[in-house]
Amino acid sequence: MDKVIVGKTISVTEEGFMTDFSQWDKGIGDAIAAENCIVLTPRHWEVLDYIQTEYKNEVPLSIRKIGKSGIVDIKEFYQLFPVAPLKTATKIAGIPKPVSCI
Amino acid sequence: MENDGKINKMMIILSKATLENVYACFVLANGARMEGIEAEIFFTFFGLEAIHNKKLDHLHIATVGNPAMHMPTMLGGLPGMEALATSMMKKEMEKIDMPDVREFLEILTASGVKLWACKLAMDMFHYQKEDLFEDLDGVLTVGDFYKQGSGVGTHMLFI
Repeated sequence: MDKVIVGKTISVTEEGFMTDFSQWDKGIGDAIAAENCIVLTPRHWEVLDYIQTEYKNEVPLSIRKIGKSGIVDIKEFYQLFPVAPLKTATKIAGIPKPVSCI
Repeated sequence: MENDGKINKMMIILSKATLENVYACFVLANGARMEGIEAEIFFTFFGLEAIHNKKLDHLHIATVGNPAMHMPTMLGGLPGMEALATSMMKKEMEKIDMPDVREFLEILTASGVKLWACKLAMDMFHYQKEDLFEDLDGVLTVGDFYKQGSGVGTHMLFI
């Protein structure tokens, strides 16, 4: 379905995950973060960059992988994205919802 | 207070320490946190072994009394069978990126899962708090655990 955000039309799933990464830009990321009550800091962007890189390299994401990334530990990841961190971070990053259970 | 059926908190009671039960419990608790749901685990009776420092790295799967193993009970009881089945299962788990028990406990505490030991079971097994995983949140009575679970949208699960 289509959604208008910061004056741009993007296609998203029912849960709000973007389905076309080419439509994503940092302004959209900021706006999705705001919808989830998060103000993005440079620290958030370091994590989001990592997540996007992993996605581009087709590496499946999990909480365990984030913890071993060397970018952020699990505790800080939950501090940065307090509610459902992996789902929220991937949503802001404009990539599909991760399917991992761990 | 109104509740639309949303799950806000999972209170999971782990009463066994066979690997399959411990993993089921940990995956459910971690999965709750991943969805933004609070989670707490109450380790009672044999479940305490999953947080006992000297035992948690050596948990086994049950080969006897476990029909899903598709192994005759007599065979499952032979010396070494549990160890063999356990090492096979651990190899498979590593393949699907499943952490071992100690690393999983660290992931849970970092994710904000509260870990409680049952006081009665501690007394029964003569365990001290020092024997247990260091990031344990405390030792509770059943009554304390119920108090922890109070609030709208709390679900309790016994494993």
